[in-house]
Amino acid sequence: MFEIVKKQMLGPKVFLMDVKAPLVASKAMPGQFLIVRADKDGERIPLTVCDFDRENGIVTIVYQTVGAETERMSRLNEGDCFADIVGPLGNPSDLCDLPIEELKKKKILFIAGGVGTAPVYNQLKWLHDNGVEVDCIQGARTKDLLIFEDEMRAVTKNLYFATDDGSYGIHGNVCVALQKLWDEGVRYDHCVVIGPVIMMKFACQLTKQLGIHTVISMNTIMVDGTGMCGACRLLVDGQVKFACVDGPEFDGHLVDFDQALQRSRLYKTQEGELMLRLTEGDTHSGGCGMCS
Amino acid sequence: MDFDVLKKVPVSEQDPKVRATNFDEVNLGYTKEEAVLEASRCLNCKNARCMQGCPVSINIPGFISKLKDGDVEGAYNVISLSSSLPAVCGRVCPQETQCEAQCIRGVKGEAVSIGRLERFVADTAKEMGIKPQLPDNLVKKGKKVAVIGAGPSGLTCAGDLAKLGYDVTIFEALHKAGGVLVYGIPEFRLPKDKVVAKEIENVKSLGVEIVTDCVIGRSLTIDDLFEKEGFSAVFIGSGAGLPRFMNIPGEQSLGVFSANEYLTRSNLMGAYSPDSRTPIMRAKKAVIVGGGNVAMDAARTAKRLGAEVHVVYRRSEAELPARAEEVHHAKEEGIIFDLLTNPVEIIADENGWVTGCKCIRMELGEPDASGRRSPVPVEGSEFTIDCDAVIMSLGTSPNPLIKTTTAGLETNKRGGIIVNEAEMTTRDGVFAGGDAVTGAATVILAMGAGKAAAKGIDEYLSKN
Repeated sequence: MFEIVKKQMLGPKVFLMDVKAPLVASKAMPGQFLIVRADKDGERIPLTVCDFDRENGIVTIVYQTVGAETERMSRLNEGDCFADIVGPLGNPSDLCDLPIEELKKKKILFIAGGVGTAPVYNQLKWLHDNGVEVDCIQGARTKDLLIFEDEMRAVTKNLYFATDDGSYGIHGNVCVALQKLWDEGVRYDHCVVIGPVIMMKFACQLTKQLGIHTVISMNTIMVDGTGMCGACRLLVDGQVKFACVDGPEFDGHLVDFDQALQRSRLYKTQEGELMLRLTEGDTHSGGCGMCS
Repeated sequence: MDFDVLKKVPVSEQDPKVRATNFDEVNLGYTKEEAVLEASRCLNCKNARCMQGCPVSINIPGFISKLKDGDVEGAYNVISLSSSLPAVCGRVCPQETQCEAQCIRGVKGEAVSIGRLERFVADTAKEMGIKPQLPDNLVKKGKKVAVIGAGPSGLTCAGDLAKLGYDVTIFEALHKAGGVLVYGIPEFRLPKDKVVAKEIENVKSLGVEIVTDCVIGRSLTIDDLFEKEGFSAVFIGSGAGLPRFMNIPGEQSLGVFSANEYLTRSNLMGAYSPDSRTPIMRAKKAVIVGGGNVAMDAARTAKRLGAEVHVVYRRSEAELPARAEEVHHAKEEGIIFDLLTNPVEIIADENGWVTGCKCIRMELGEPDASGRRSPVPVEGSEFTIDCDAVIMSLGTSPNPLIKTTTAGLETNKRGGIIVNEAEMTTRDGVFAGGDAVTGAATVILAMGAGKAAAKGIDEYLSKN
């Protein structure tokens, strides 16, 4: 079983968990994801790997409770077990394939939005451990939603914050922050953007204008996550690609984000219904109009 | 009971109108009386042609003659010598093109219903608590074999190797063992708890260990299995791969699914049940594209989830690749077949939800390389089927995961793993079989390959 050895609330609805999963920990690389099932009747939920400790066989996951399944996960405590964890899945980040000397010559910027900070942290830490210094812009709606500040500082050369309400760092979204840096004469030749699809879309529009090669990571709907069901498909340069075996990282300037956004809404109604069933339980009045 | 020796003893089925609204098994199976009566039709041929038609070479007259005497345990033991999954095969094998196609009774009348008898024996043995046995004089070989994938080929290979005295571990990527038997074939054709889980328990009872949640190529590589985990040989039975799509406009719309996704949600995740926590779209009107067994499974699942269902297939009825029985059952359940029809575009509303499937009529032209008459579009015959879901059932292309993480493993043009006559791949000590080699095929062909590979592995390990 996959025991939760540490649970921490990082912010409103945002949880960190260290879980015993030796097989995943032994092989995980930055950029990869895993699939978790809270209990024996649970849905399969894909989550990016935030950190791994090979020696102790532990992986760290960070998630926001957005639906009934993540809500159930957040109700588990230290000492409880997940029914299943499988991984690592997907391809490691392209950066891991490059010689370290080449990485050191690059001017790399990471852009992290919301819980997308977790997978970004994994890549930053790997680069830092290999002596590669990079910058990062971390964005959120408001200061309370920024996670991992100390950890992020420890593994970046320059860490910039951007909040929509101006409560911390630059007032504005991550694009405002990047434009500001660019106007000040800061230059990058490689950018990695991970966060909500809408943020990745606009960040990619800007980096395209600025001529920065950009990689994004897709967190799509998935079922098996191993290249069997095709639920995770998206259009990249007009071609059907599968996030689980072809990704999850893709060239951000070639991804059809509008379609990806649309597809992410596929099960919203059912998810809402499941959340009502979970939170209201037997008292659910049927007022959602969906259940029989 | 009326009995005509030239005809099969009929089997009870759920009424089509009733079963189209539930997921209980369609075919109710023979009673003991019916089974013994059907068994009496077997001529017990000396040169049993039926056996040549069986990919795992079950001694068919042997088990049927035990059944004639009412000896179910004896019949089960005969089948067990050749097959690890008789309750599955009795349900999903295409007997009409295999054993039953060869039956002498079929020359003048109907073949003996070998499939129904196999199912009866397996189900009854289960009720009686009879399990497959390891040979009495079994000598442990002291060698470990890894099997990748707990589907039909892997389970068969593992069962056979265990009976030969090897220590076998199956590595399964999903959280549940069974492969296509649990994620692909629906409950109403192959009950999961009652049949599949029990067959898997039987394989485990032979000493086979099953590790779930382990993706070979990711969690462990084939090199790890040899070097770190101490296995002496590996069998790859990783199954079929990524679903194919048509590459027509609108295919990314909301409501377009691969049959693999739709069936995996319903079967593996149990989404057909209102209590499931995995969502599935309950369509009002669904178009299923394709004419194979998987298309029939998707169509009949959509029907049971409340949809009006149209199967759209570009050739005519004679070319439908699905088993005749599946097509027959689908029609009985009210599924509409739009034959000689091919989708050209999927139409969606402003929010991206499917509203229709634009199709073109086809006519049959000259035979193609496969010998089937190839369909040609009829110009100007486009029309639209209103629908809110389109399920693509066009086959799969191989999963690249194991190939790309294993040095020395060669694949053919279509991506299938290349094997020799002993089922060994181009990598020493690595064997493969089932859909990973052939591309999408049947459960029993995968089992046949698993069986052949077990023999190949035994010969290989006896020499090395």
